[in-house]
Amino acid sequence: MDLINLFVKSIFIENMVFAYFLGMCSYLAVSKSVKTAVGLGAAVVFVLGITVPINFLLDTYLLKPGALEWLGADYASVDLSFLSFIMFIAVIASMVQLVEMVVERFAPALYGALGIFLPLIAVNCAILGGSLFMQQKDFSGISEAATYGVGSGIGFFLAILAIAAIREKITYSNVPAPLRGLGITFIITGLMALGFMSFMGIEI
Amino acid sequence: MDRNSNAYTFLFVILLIAVVASTLALTATSLQPAQAENVKNEKMQNILGTVGIEVVRDSAQIPFEKYIVQRIALDNKGNERTEVNAFDVDLKKELKKPVAEQSFPLYVANVEGSKYYIVPLRGKGLWDAIWGYVALKDDVNTIKGAVFDHKGETPGLGAEITQMWFKKAFDDEKILDSSGEFVGVSVAKGYQGGDNKDDNAVDAISGATITGDGVTDMISERLVNYLPYFKNKTNVKVASN
Amino acid sequence: MAENNKITKKEDLILFLSDTDEREGLLGKKNRKLLSDPLTDNNPITVQVLGICSALAITVKLEPAIVMSLAVMAVMAFSNMIISLLRNLIPSRIRIIVQLVVVAALVILVDQILKAYAYDVSKQLSVFVGLIITNCIVMGRLEAFALGNGVYKSFLDGIGNAAGYAFILILVAFFREFLGFGKLLGYQIIPQSWYDAGYSNNGLMLLSPMALITVGLIIWVQRSRSRSLIEQN
Repeated sequence: MDLINLFVKSIFIENMVFAYFLGMCSYLAVSKSVKTAVGLGAAVVFVLGITVPINFLLDTYLLKPGALEWLGADYASVDLSFLSFIMFIAVIASMVQLVEMVVERFAPALYGALGIFLPLIAVNCAILGGSLFMQQKDFSGISEAATYGVGSGIGFFLAILAIAAIREKITYSNVPAPLRGLGITFIITGLMALGFMSFMGIEI
Repeated sequence: MDRNSNAYTFLFVILLIAVVASTLALTATSLQPAQAENVKNEKMQNILGTVGIEVVRDSAQIPFEKYIVQRIALDNKGNERTEVNAFDVDLKKELKKPVAEQSFPLYVANVEGSKYYIVPLRGKGLWDAIWGYVALKDDVNTIKGAVFDHKGETPGLGAEITQMWFKKAFDDEKILDSSGEFVGVSVAKGYQGGDNKDDNAVDAISGATITGDGVTDMISERLVNYLPYFKNKTNVKVASN
Repeated sequence: MAENNKITKKEDLILFLSDTDEREGLLGKKNRKLLSDPLTDNNPITVQVLGICSALAITVKLEPAIVMSLAVMAVMAFSNMIISLLRNLIPSRIRIIVQLVVVAALVILVDQILKAYAYDVSKQLSVFVGLIITNCIVMGRLEAFALGNGVYKSFLDGIGNAAGYAFILILVAFFREFLGFGKLLGYQIIPQSWYDAGYSNNGLMLLSPMALITVGLIIWVQRSRSRSLIEQN
């Protein structure tokens, strides 16, 4: 039950884009057509689902104060948490590389669809944000971390899919010239975020 | 040397890692004491705040040692756990254990002859953890004062729990109802009681219902574990009269 | 199509900047342009669309916005300098990782210093300090400018772009704190007499969606003033 709650929460209530504005750069840049938006969204779900649990293991067994206890009592007081940013980003960058290679080797069709987006993802704030929030939320097990990772990814996917669909339609509307493009996208995102706020406080 | 050869790449990476790692390790270890001090001082500042002593964070240590005369760790039956240092108890970790294994820290303050019991609180707000301290007067019923803090509540709504006007409302509220049963203090939406201090309720922040409920729950859930200890205390007092 | 536009724009920018005269004074005309351009017609947020990610979540009040801006400025100026220093040494295959490592190391330094000397603000900024690492504005400028330009110019470019970023951040925070709390930097600005006369703070401004809408409105104003920035559909 807790997992389902966490899942729903990470998709709707703590939506990466609408609640925390993470991943905005690619959200704005790659949302001009639904097709590319789906590609980027899927890649984000994929990478978040992998990196958050890995970083969780890293955090629990390496970085947290007292995490090195398994090496022996002498190491129990070691606190490496100051290294977490650099470790997380290294894991993300190398995982993205790895995923890219694996996908290219075993699923060329998927690679064709995701290919150009994978390198972009290493510097997507939503990915690092997922790991940092994971660290802050202090999950008790890897299943929670994985659920959170996938959930936040799906949240991003939904957001970028929705805005891409809206942007495709809005080209037919008569938007004031200076507001066209970026400006109206910001305002629409704001309105969508207001809508998503109505999910707040829902517990399952 | 060829910039694209493997050997060069490896050499470059190793040098980079060495430089970065040593710089970071150096700063982290040299700044560690100052950071730990900040966390400790903030805790002391919060604890003192509940009994009406406002101090600057950096100089919280001296008044803390002057006014806080006892730090006790209890179990949920009201017995003292002498082997646990109350100040070091991390509620975040304790809350994950079963109730019987948790340690409940209690601070006893003596301010100009009046005795206060200060209980640390921790619970869940809308987004993330909320926590605080509540100080009870010697009758272990009337609240002397409370402070609250949060990790990520909505600014201007839930985050208002740190504000003076919200904290002030808790002063002199009772945690027992008129028949002497423990009820805590509830943060009530649409509160009409004004300054009534005997109704076990304070006014909520409009637009922050869930954070308010979090405060209500945190007060009742944490305080209930201290009741056995408080009962002993008051009994002892009654007997000696 | 529009993405192609952006890329050519960036390349033009690099060409334009790299042929500047190396012998000009410390704050010669072209160097000044490096500083002032990002504030207006080449603003990283409203024109280049970089660095929005971590920017908006901390604009409820002015103080964290200012601290965040300073942190970004420090990270950008120094990472631009370091990468520019190393630009002839970095193996091109791993340059993205090298850039990430340099930025991450600088961000950790900033975070540690904030935790030690500005504890209250570091609590407010929480994870958003860490997110400077993936702030596209930092990586974007490293790729687009520092890799191809001298140390001093890269330093100025870093300061300039961070200032452009700071400008928007502070502007948004200004409106949100002013309209939402009636305060600026924690000081009451709107007098009590207004409240007595029926004025009330706009609680909506405190909610995160309003940050996006405020930026949208800023873009509107900016583009109505400089028409050349208007996007063609």
